[in-house]
Amino acid sequence: MGKTTIPEDEFTYPGSTGCPGCGANLVMRYLLKGLGERTIVSIPACCWAVMPGYWPSNCLKVPLLYTAFEATGAAISGLRAALDVKGVDDVTVVGFAGDGGTVDIGLQALSGAAERRTDAIYVMYDNEAYMNTGIQRSGSTPWGAWTTTTPVGSSHGFKHETKKDIMTIMQAHRIPYAATVSPAFPEDFIKKVEKAKSIKGFKFIHALSPCPPGWKTSPSLSVEIARLAVDTRVFPLYEIEDGKVRITRKGKGLPLVDYLKVQGRFQHLTKPEIAEMQKGVDDSWIMLLLKESSGT
Amino acid sequence: MRMVMTGNYASAYGAKLARAEVIAAYPITPQTSIVEKLAEFVATGELKAKFIPVESEHSAMAACIAAQTAGARTYTATSSHGLTLMHEVLMWASGARLPIVMTNVSRAMAPPWSVWVDHMDSIAQRDTGWLQFFCQSNQEVLDTIIMAYKVCESSGVMLPAMIIEDAFILSHTSEPVDVPEQQLVDSFLPAYSPDLKIEVGKARGFGSLVKPDQYMEFRYKAMLAMKEAHDRILRVEQEFKHVFGREHGGLLERYRCENAETVLVTAGSVAATAKDVVDALRANGQRVGLARIRAFRPFPHDEIRSLASKLEGIAVLDRSYTFGAAGAMFTEVKASVYSCQKRPVMKNYIAGLGGRDITPKILERIFEDIQVIAKRGAEDEVEWVDVAGLPRRWR
Repeated sequence: MGKTTIPEDEFTYPGSTGCPGCGANLVMRYLLKGLGERTIVSIPACCWAVMPGYWPSNCLKVPLLYTAFEATGAAISGLRAALDVKGVDDVTVVGFAGDGGTVDIGLQALSGAAERRTDAIYVMYDNEAYMNTGIQRSGSTPWGAWTTTTPVGSSHGFKHETKKDIMTIMQAHRIPYAATVSPAFPEDFIKKVEKAKSIKGFKFIHALSPCPPGWKTSPSLSVEIARLAVDTRVFPLYEIEDGKVRITRKGKGLPLVDYLKVQGRFQHLTKPEIAEMQKGVDDSWIMLLLKESSGT
Repeated sequence: MRMVMTGNYASAYGAKLARAEVIAAYPITPQTSIVEKLAEFVATGELKAKFIPVESEHSAMAACIAAQTAGARTYTATSSHGLTLMHEVLMWASGARLPIVMTNVSRAMAPPWSVWVDHMDSIAQRDTGWLQFFCQSNQEVLDTIIMAYKVCESSGVMLPAMIIEDAFILSHTSEPVDVPEQQLVDSFLPAYSPDLKIEVGKARGFGSLVKPDQYMEFRYKAMLAMKEAHDRILRVEQEFKHVFGREHGGLLERYRCENAETVLVTAGSVAATAKDVVDALRANGQRVGLARIRAFRPFPHDEIRSLASKLEGIAVLDRSYTFGAAGAMFTEVKASVYSCQKRPVMKNYIAGLGGRDITPKILERIFEDIQVIAKRGAEDEVEWVDVAGLPRRWR
């Protein structure tokens, strides 16, 4: 077995208060491996607002600026402006927010920061619901999923709205770099982070973040499920550099049901519903291939 | 240098002279000319600062919070709906103990829409942990911004401050303003250099989660800081007077209160009108005075108490109303007076909401009213002044 390209330096201490099998723990760990110590991270209300530990503890080896739920885009703008005015140009500014804090309540500030070309990396760790508050649906919850606010068995049933396509939203801002990453593919993950760090301007990273309590999965399966998300193409790995799409891992093209059947949040789905979901995944994949081949 | 300028330009010049390093702002009537002027100062290089044209007031304050945490002196300006949109992060700024200075051009809240002066927006931020200064003149606006940075940045305080300009009456009205030399301001206000800031190499968390056995101590310290701010305001103003040769009255400006029997307590630009009325009534032999609340937070309880103990009547004129209670200034003044041995008769007048003029005539009538009821006791504690359909005629 060959040596991996994953940097050996660790910027996280043991002692995060994350749940066993937390995908967001891995996302933070790989992110900081890619960025190194000269990084300031701003975190809004989300699981990671709690995970570094109670004051005065911090399980990370980088400084943290906590901010209000909807304010990550503004906080990283302020940090960058202060560093600029002080003449500090070798520090990476990172916004690290959950999916609700990004696609819902934080979308305005995110859009503003992107439009202003703020020199920062915005990372959305996507556990596909408001997990810190106890599994309520977000704009990033996929169609078909159970959450506490899309309960199965009610007249409405599971979530009947499709997941917001944040990558396309960010692409529409014409930012220099956006990428999807998965904790199951750390080399691809870190390569993208390093690339984002090397580019000036606003960069966006969309990280899938399996959540055992929210997805009703075994903590031991988080990496496996993240891999299945890529292999079933429900979460393809790609990057958008200067508007050009490039798929970085095609995945095996496994049937979506392989991804769904290991998660409690999808157990209620009927065969026709799964078929409908599969069609959605297939259509999105074809669209992505088209984008890649057309250079947009 | 003496210049003729609006209150808004006085704010912009104040922020420039204070050498604000990061300015994040969003436009709202009638604040816009403040940020336009500052954007111009930054664009021409007259002010070496970063201007962040944010997409909302909430983001303006959130960006200032982040920049100030990283060690930059920050400034922003807003008004009414912008201020109330900031409410959450105003608490954040004071909780994080950041000496951000902001101008609020005080304007009524909708609905119905109104772009004109009243103090509802500012009063609604009473409990956010900000120092609040109500200004009477454009000169005071400029001077108070400079003083506020000095007060707030002192290590015993480290709280944010709101400088309040009355919409249009100050914001868009030109007055002569003495704009001090930059060198003089620099000698008065040193560069911002906090004990603690976010920086790489020091893996601190700013704003971390705390347990119930830790939280209250943070709040207790902020309370002590607000107490310290009271004395600091007085000391800084004396220093300011020494350097610049003027002062504005500490936390509570007292105008012709010596041997007064009744006093009008109010805040903002109406105090200037009230001073003229006091002069006229004094010339008539009436023993009246004016006490202008300059700092609403910290509130000048001791100053009010020592004044009130010699009075027969106090009229409090509020330019806002706290629904279900009374004017906020009135309840504060009344709370202060409660512990006086001899308590004057008190009455609250609600006037000038949504930009309605408070004329000298109205103020004369308030003085007349309070002098009468000081003799016989108050009937209605709160009276709405100059409202259509009410029996009493005020004009």
